[in-house]
Amino acid sequence: MLDSLLRIFALIRKELLAILKDPKSRASLIVPPIMQCLVFGYAATYDLDNVPYAVLDHDRSAASRALVAELDGSGVFTRVATLRRTGEIADYIDAKRALLVLTIDRGFERGLYAGTVPKVQVIADGRNSNTAGTALGYINAIAVAFGNEWRERQGLAGPAVQVTVRAWYNPNLETRWNMIPSMIGMITMMMTMMLTAMSVAREREEGTFDQLLVTPFRPTEIMIGKALPAMMVGVMQSTLILLVAQLWFQIPFAGTYPMLYMGLVLFVTASVGIGLFISSIAANMQQAMIGSFVLVMPFMLLSGLTAPVGNMPAALQYFTLINPLRYAISITHQVYLEGAGIAQLLPELLALVAIAAVTLPFAAWMFRHRLA
Amino acid sequence: MIAPTPTSPVSVRDIYKAFRRKTGETVKALDGVSFEAKAATLTALVGPDGAGKTTLLRLISGLMASDAGELEVVGVKVAADPQAVQDRIGYMPQKFGLYEDLSVQENLDLYTDLHGISAEDRKAIYPRLMEMTQLGRFRERLAGKLSGGMKQKLGLACTLVRSPELLLLDEPTVGVDPLSRRELWEIVLKLVREEGLTVVVSTAYLDEAERCDHAVVMHAGKVLAQGSPEDVTAEAKGRTFILAVPDGMPARSLQARLFQQHGVIDAVPEAGQVRVVLASAGDTASLAPNGAKDAPRPVPPRFEDGFMVLFHAVAGQAHRNAMTLDRPQSVDPNAIAVEVHDLVRTFGDFTAVDHVSFKVRKGEIYGLLGPNGAGKSTTFRMLCGLLPASNGTLRVAGADLRTSRAEARQKLGYVAQQFSLYGQLSVDENLDFFASAYGLRGRRKADRVAWAKRQFELDQFSRLPSGQLPGGFKQRLAMAAALLHEPEILFLDEATSGADPMARREFWGRITSLSEQGVTVIVTTHFMEEAEYCDRIVILDAGRNLAEGTPAEIRSHAAATGGEEPTMEDAFIAIVEKSRNGPAAQTAGNAA
Repeated sequence: MLDSLLRIFALIRKELLAILKDPKSRASLIVPPIMQCLVFGYAATYDLDNVPYAVLDHDRSAASRALVAELDGSGVFTRVATLRRTGEIADYIDAKRALLVLTIDRGFERGLYAGTVPKVQVIADGRNSNTAGTALGYINAIAVAFGNEWRERQGLAGPAVQVTVRAWYNPNLETRWNMIPSMIGMITMMMTMMLTAMSVAREREEGTFDQLLVTPFRPTEIMIGKALPAMMVGVMQSTLILLVAQLWFQIPFAGTYPMLYMGLVLFVTASVGIGLFISSIAANMQQAMIGSFVLVMPFMLLSGLTAPVGNMPAALQYFTLINPLRYAISITHQVYLEGAGIAQLLPELLALVAIAAVTLPFAAWMFRHRLA
Repeated sequence: MIAPTPTSPVSVRDIYKAFRRKTGETVKALDGVSFEAKAATLTALVGPDGAGKTTLLRLISGLMASDAGELEVVGVKVAADPQAVQDRIGYMPQKFGLYEDLSVQENLDLYTDLHGISAEDRKAIYPRLMEMTQLGRFRERLAGKLSGGMKQKLGLACTLVRSPELLLLDEPTVGVDPLSRRELWEIVLKLVREEGLTVVVSTAYLDEAERCDHAVVMHAGKVLAQGSPEDVTAEAKGRTFILAVPDGMPARSLQARLFQQHGVIDAVPEAGQVRVVLASAGDTASLAPNGAKDAPRPVPPRFEDGFMVLFHAVAGQAHRNAMTLDRPQSVDPNAIAVEVHDLVRTFGDFTAVDHVSFKVRKGEIYGLLGPNGAGKSTTFRMLCGLLPASNGTLRVAGADLRTSRAEARQKLGYVAQQFSLYGQLSVDENLDFFASAYGLRGRRKADRVAWAKRQFELDQFSRLPSGQLPGGFKQRLAMAAALLHEPEILFLDEATSGADPMARREFWGRITSLSEQGVTVIVTTHFMEEAEYCDRIVILDAGRNLAEGTPAEIRSHAAATGGEEPTMEDAFIAIVEKSRNGPAAQTAGNAA
């Protein structure tokens, strides 16, 4: 038993030396996660500003001008043109010069005075559905606010219903708050899976694996010795991203660190299990690399980060159940933004334990089987 | 404008080339080298690793520029127009760029396309190349599935598609078995003698240099001597003797003792006796106290002897390479270390090892010999527990390593064919890891690592990443790592493949002293002369056991030719050819 532990310890030491000794490979563990984190933080945002729009004002009244002024002053919309004819709308939308065209019909002001609900038409470029949808939501909010204010100023009765939206946990609904904590899971998974998958493949390719196999190492010991260093590196990278989130993007951390790290360790264990499984099949580094990519992409798409799990076809929804990244993102969100405790996270934690409990023994079995 | 082929297609005058290592030191790869290769001759660049042979060939081919000196190839100044040179010569580097996932034919087509050879020319060239290389049968085979020898032949064919005026070959026979080596050389000689091609070949095999017209002996970037092979051989005139070995003593033990002796430049076991080269002619007195049976018998020198004399003059006495174990192992001549019975290994419908049986006694040096693809490595991997046997039984140190507990592997040491330690880790880190892997710790570990570094003279490189070690030292480190835990049995897979003559002598010196101290050694090799160091050998071909016995017994399979004792290589080729042509061997093909 002691011999076995000492062998595993020697292998862990060797693995860490191999990873950390070379300045280049050291840098490759630190620089890419930070870069990816910064790129995602700045680039991947659904928040809109400077949306180009055009106006076709048939009413040309004080009320219609006031509405347009509201839009111009919103900071979200930038007026690129004031149209004269309906035919011009298509030109602007087709050429992508404007994302939206606001059409105000004749009788707009009259309608307001009369107490009816006048309608304005918004034509949006549906080719970019995400942005258009968000922009329409903004315009809608501005128009409703404008109508209410108008009625108040005219001494008319207040609106029957007033909707107030308040987003919890992310009061300004900033995408970044959603994105960066997710990066902890995403980047860590990519790196740890790759690291474990490649480390065995590299040894196979360089012939050192045979040398390892003729020593008294047992397959399980080799597996543990390969898994632990990768897990250490994974947790270290998670910490890096956590630091970027708090120190650079200044996203407030609502939860507790022991809770977050407990989730991370379980998640990294599950990812390493998958990495080891790939490495037990791959004959060389190329295969290990392709294998990791083939799995990483669906894991990301089906994590619920970019597309809600509820919107996916039923079959894919089932697949997300075995996706460790889904649970990792859910855990980091809940801990980071909500400050969730263990009771709330128990389902996710158990799911990760279940995944690790399947992948690790399976990888161990494949390891022995492939060697046999 | 095409310059006419001059009388000397290669003219090298006083060439210098230095490289800077990462560590900052400057290495003089070529230090004032001059030579000429006459048209339609074969020139050999001979020398140990690091002599500068590859650098010189790369300079000639215009792939690299020299620091100083003049270089004219096929009448063109290389520095002025390297492309013009490259268009007219063929260069086959050590690792030729074959595409392993393409078939033989596809590789050839690719190279003809790359060189823009027309369809009509192809029709003329292909049959000639196929006839020359005997690759016609394997057109559809993937290049990656060819044996080492066939790969080299295909590489040569690809180099020859555009009929170059000058052919440069960089160590074309490294890792090629004796049969294929012989065939490859016949092709090259035919190109020179019948087609008038000028060929420059680099080699670390001294017997190959003997067949060339002009030999350039190099060491550490300098030319030690050049001239006809006879000129080099003449250096050892009157200094070569054969000593008979006393009864009951292996030739290698006498050889090892002689090698340490002052006044002895070289000693190698040969046909059960020992061949000695003396520092000064006729100084046979220094041979007297070695218990040799009869007086030394003078023999005519050969190229290798001359080479060793030249080398001795600059490099001094060969390294002290005997080694002492901390705890010599008991030698019980009747104990069996390895027992293999009816071993079979199949891959799909291909039988790599076909009912092989042998026994190795404790303390023996046992050799597995055979051409590429004979099943040596497969047998070896099964012995080490890296591959399960399809059928049959094997016991190594009393256990089947495949099924026994990990502790059984504690008794064996393994040195792989290629350097397979961790290249980015330093010498110390590698030794430390393998010592821990074998369960050594504390004081004992420190002692064993110190022992290994002392025995293999690795102290100077403690902190160097092992991947950057000079070639010979990589091999030493691999052996050091395999001996840390004092194994009873040492497995060495093609340990001397690609090693130069010096490194091989050193290696065998160590092996001999290990075996004298009770370690069982099992080696695979395709250097037939190395079989002379073994107590017993088995010859494999196409997975079958063709012959087993002592080197003398194996030699007796070949008829003596011209009154001379047959060499091990003659015997080997006779045995393999007899089996391949025999009625029992319809299935044995050139490839396995």
